[in-house]
Amino acid sequence: MYAKDYHDLGTPAAHGQSVTLDIDGATVTVPAGTSIMRAAALADRDVPKLCATDTLKHFGSCRVCLVEIEGRKGFPASCTTEVAAGMKVRTQSEALAKMRRGVLELYVSEHPMGSCPDSSRCELETLAGEHGITQSRFGGPKTARAHTHQPVDASNPYFRFDNDLCIVCSRCVRACEETQGTFALTIEGRGLESRVSASQNQPFLESECVSCGACIEACPTGALMEKSLLTAGLPQQAVTTTCAYCGVGCSLVAEVTDGAVSRMVPNRDGRANQGHACVKGRFAYGYATHADRVTKPLIRKSITDEWTEVSWDEAINYAASEFKRIQARYGKDSVGGITSSRCTNEETFLVQKLVRAAFGTNNVDTCARVCHSPTGYGLKHTMGESAGTQEFVSVQHADVIVVIGASPTEAHPVFASQMKRRLRAGAKLIVVDPRAIPLVKSPHVEADYHLRLLPGTNVAVINALAHVVVTEGLTKDDYIAERCERESYEKWKKFVADPINSPEAMEPITGVKAELVRGAARLYAKGPNGAIYYGLGVTEHSQGSTMVMGIANLAMATGNLGREGVGVSPLRGQNNVQGSCDMGSFPHEFSGYRHVSDDSVRATFEAMWKVPLSPEQGLRIPNMFEAALDGSFRGMYIQGEDLAQSDPNTSHVTAALSALECLVIQDIFHNETAKFAHVFLPGTSFLEKDGTFTNAERRISRVRKVIEPLCGYADWEVTMRLSNALGYPMNYRHPSEIMDEIAALTPTFTGVSYEKIDRLGSIQWPCNDQAPAGTPTMHVGTFVRGKGKFYVTAYVPTHERTTSKYPLLLTTGRILSQYNVGAQTRRTPNLAWHSEDRLEIHPHDAEARGIEHGDWVGVTSRAGDTVLRVEITERVAPGVVYTTFHFPESGANLITTDNSDWATNCPEYKVTAVQVVKVAQPAAWQQRRQAAKPASPRKRRAPMDNPA
Amino acid sequence: MDVEHLVSMANDIAAFFDSEPDKAVAVEGVRSHIARYWEKRMRGAIIEHLRKGGSGLTPTARSAIEKLVPVA
Repeated sequence: MYAKDYHDLGTPAAHGQSVTLDIDGATVTVPAGTSIMRAAALADRDVPKLCATDTLKHFGSCRVCLVEIEGRKGFPASCTTEVAAGMKVRTQSEALAKMRRGVLELYVSEHPMGSCPDSSRCELETLAGEHGITQSRFGGPKTARAHTHQPVDASNPYFRFDNDLCIVCSRCVRACEETQGTFALTIEGRGLESRVSASQNQPFLESECVSCGACIEACPTGALMEKSLLTAGLPQQAVTTTCAYCGVGCSLVAEVTDGAVSRMVPNRDGRANQGHACVKGRFAYGYATHADRVTKPLIRKSITDEWTEVSWDEAINYAASEFKRIQARYGKDSVGGITSSRCTNEETFLVQKLVRAAFGTNNVDTCARVCHSPTGYGLKHTMGESAGTQEFVSVQHADVIVVIGASPTEAHPVFASQMKRRLRAGAKLIVVDPRAIPLVKSPHVEADYHLRLLPGTNVAVINALAHVVVTEGLTKDDYIAERCERESYEKWKKFVADPINSPEAMEPITGVKAELVRGAARLYAKGPNGAIYYGLGVTEHSQGSTMVMGIANLAMATGNLGREGVGVSPLRGQNNVQGSCDMGSFPHEFSGYRHVSDDSVRATFEAMWKVPLSPEQGLRIPNMFEAALDGSFRGMYIQGEDLAQSDPNTSHVTAALSALECLVIQDIFHNETAKFAHVFLPGTSFLEKDGTFTNAERRISRVRKVIEPLCGYADWEVTMRLSNALGYPMNYRHPSEIMDEIAALTPTFTGVSYEKIDRLGSIQWPCNDQAPAGTPTMHVGTFVRGKGKFYVTAYVPTHERTTSKYPLLLTTGRILSQYNVGAQTRRTPNLAWHSEDRLEIHPHDAEARGIEHGDWVGVTSRAGDTVLRVEITERVAPGVVYTTFHFPESGANLITTDNSDWATNCPEYKVTAVQVVKVAQPAAWQQRRQAAKPASPRKRRAPMDNPA
Repeated sequence: MDVEHLVSMANDIAAFFDSEPDKAVAVEGVRSHIARYWEKRMRGAIIEHLRKGGSGLTPTARSAIEKLVPVA
C-alpha cells in the first residue's frame, strides 16, 4: 500500500503533446497518451480502481474503473482508454455506480468486509464502504479465513502473504516484473483457484523473491503486508528522507507511529529511485534502534583498560586535551582525521574543517580512499570533473550498456532494476567481470558479451577494446576533433593501435578470447548510444586510476559523452561517497576538488574561516598508518569509519592503530577500530539528524530527522563541540547553515540551499548561476576541463602474482542482503539470507583439493590467513576464488595485501594470490572471537549534559 | 616512513608515466605527481633515500626525485 498521504494516479505519466478534454464538466489538459484514469485523478475526480496503480502499466482486469464517454458505446475502462482532444468523460452516473457495486460485491464475496488486519488501509474495503456495501449478495465466506484454507506465508522476515485476503489483481506479479524485474511471482491456477505463487509455489523466503517490497506496496489489500504494520497503528507522521545504504540514494518516506519508524516506503517522486527500493533500504533500518547502539560517551587511558562511561563534556574535553598535548609535543602534523561516506555532507565538511582549521594540518582523508579515489583522479584528469557524467534515468536512452567490475543487482539493486527495464526493452549488454554476475543471465536479461577476464587485467582489456575501435575505424572523428586535445589523442591513438594492445596479443594475459573483445568493441562503438557503468572492480586495483582513464579514453574516442543515454558512470559503494569527496575530504583538496596549494582558493577559505591554512597536502589513510608506525603521527579523530575491518592487511592496520596515543572514534556501534580507541563518541544514524547526501549521479538530497538522536546530539553537533574545545569556534544552529557555507566556498555548489532542495526535491551539482536548477548531464557541448584529454594507459601487471605456493586469485564483492562491513545489516533480519561470508570456488579447483560444498577451507595469502566455509560454483572461473566481506569473523582483510593504486593508494582488494586447503574448523582466532562476549563499559556516573 | 614502501610507490608512479614516449615528459609527470600528492614527510624521506644512493628506484623515478624541491 502507498505511503501515507500519497495520491495514486492509477497509471504512469505520459509525455506526448498537450491534449484538452472535459471530465465531469472540468477542463483538463494532459499529455497525449495519458489514461482517462490518470487525467481524472489529476483533476481530483478519481475513478475507483483496484488493479491499477501509477507505478505499473495498465492491466484492465478489475472492471471497477469504467466510465462513460460521450459519443461512444458502452462503458470503457478508464485505465486502458487514452484521452483524446475534445473528449467528454463522465466518471459518475447511476449506471456506473450500479455496475461498480456489482463488481465490488463479487470481490467482497471472496474478501468479506473487515477481513484485513487494518481495513482502513485496504483499497477494496475502503472502496466497497464508499459504495455502501457491507456484505455481498453473492454469498461466500463470512470471514476470509474460511476462503482458501491456505496457511499464511510468514517465512519472509519483513512481510507476510495471506492468500485469503488476495483478490488476484496481479498488481504484485506485475510489480515483480515491471518494477523490480525479478519475475519471481506468478498467478497459479484458474478461476476461483487462482492464487499468487512465489517461484514454484514456494515460501517467499525460499523462492527467487529478492524482498524488494514492490509487491507489498502494490498490493491493494492486506494480502501482502509488512509485519511491522500488524502491530503498529496508523502513522501520525510521514517524513521524506534519503536512504543511507548504497550510492543510488533512494528517496524514502519514513512513516512514524508513536515516535518510532513503523514503515519505510520509497518516495514515488524520488528522481533517483523512481518509487522503488530494495531489501536494505525498505526494510533493514532496524539497526538504528538496535540494542548494540552506544549512546553514552566512553573514555579510557589505555586500550588495555576497560571503558568508562562519562559525560559529553568530559569526553570532549579529554579528547581535545589529548590532541593538544600530542600536537604540543610532536608538532601540529602529528594528528589527523577521517571523514565518513556514511555521514552527511555537512558533517563531512565540518570534520575536514576541524582538521584544517582547528588542528591546523591537512591530514584529513576519507573512506572513499579505499573505494572510489581512482574515479576522482581519472575523471578529473581526462574530463575535468571528479564525478559521473549522467543521471540514472539516462540509462533508458542507452542502446549498449557496458558493466565493468560491478554487480548492480547485488550492490545497487534499485538502479539495476532500471537497467534491466532498459535491457528488456532491447538494449544490448556487455559485462566485463571475472565472475558470472547475475546480470550475465537472469530472467529476460542475457549479456551479449561476457568478457570474463582474469582479476588484475582490466587495463589490458580496455586497451584491447580501444585497439579494435581505433584500428577498425570506429572512432567518432568529428567529435574528437571538436571536443578533445588533438595532441593527446594522436599519442593515445598510436599507443592503442600498436599490435601489442590487440585482443589477440592480450588474450594470454586477460584470458578473454580475442573474438569476444572484438565483438564487444564493435557493439559499444556502434551504439549509437553506449553507456559505461563501473564499480569497485575497476577502482580497487593497482591500476585503478589507469583503468578509469582508459574508460574515459574509450568513451571520448567513440563520442559517448555529453548527452543522455551515454556516459561514464561510477556506481558508488556507499550512500555519500560522492558527497564526502565533494566536501574536501582528501588531504590535497578543498571542497570542489581544488588543491590546497592554490593560493587564491586557500585565501577564500582563510577569509571565511578566519585562520591561516597550510598550503601543504596532508597524509592519506595508508600514509597515516606508516607515520603512526614511525612515531610521527600520534592522534586520530575518525567519524563513521571502521578502518580495522575495512582496510587491507589488517595486521598492518592494527599495528598502526595500536601505536596511536589518542584515537577518537565517533560511531553508532562498537566496531573493530574501537578496540584501539581511547575515546568513543556516540554517533547518530541517518534517521536521527538533518543534512544532505549526494548520490552517484551527483544528486544532493535531503536527509531529514525522523526520530530524536539516541545519544542526544547529531554528529555535526559533536564535531562542533570538539572544535570548540580545541579552541576553534564553530557555532552552527542547523545543518542548513553549514550548507550555506559550503555554497559560499564551492563554485559547483553556489546555487545550492536547503530551500532550493526542498522546492525542487533534489539537485544535481554543478548548481550555480550557469545551471541554477542543477546539471543532470555533464560535459554537454564541451568538457569541464575544456578539451578532453587522452592518456596513454599501458598495462602494467600487478605485483600480486600467482605462484605454486599461491596458485589462485581471490577477488571480493558484495551480496544483496548485506552491506559493506555489515555493521548495519548484520543487526537486522537480513541475516535470514546471508549469515556468513563464503568462499566461492570452481568445481575443478575444489575437486583438485578434495573440497566439498560446505567444507571449511583455509585461505592463505602473502599477508595472512583465515578460514571460510566454501561454496562450489561455476560463477567463478577455474583459478579464481571469490568472497564477500560483510562479517568481521571472516577476516577477509587479513589476507588482502597492501598493494595499492599507483595514483591514489586505493587498495588492491580485488587481486590477492591465495592458496585454499581443506581444514577441520575455523581458525583459533575466529573461534575465540565467536566465543567472546563484548565487555560492557564500567559506569562511573550519569552524564549530566545529555539533553536526550 | 618505510622507505622501501615509498620506493615501491615511486616506482609504481613511474611505471604509469613510462609509457609516455617523451622521457622528459614522463619524468616531469612523476615529479609533479609526487610534489602534488605526497605529504612532506614522504617527500623528505624519498629525497633523503636518493641522497644515500636511492637503491631500488627505477631510472624514471630517480630522475623525478632528483628534481623534487627539497622539503623545508
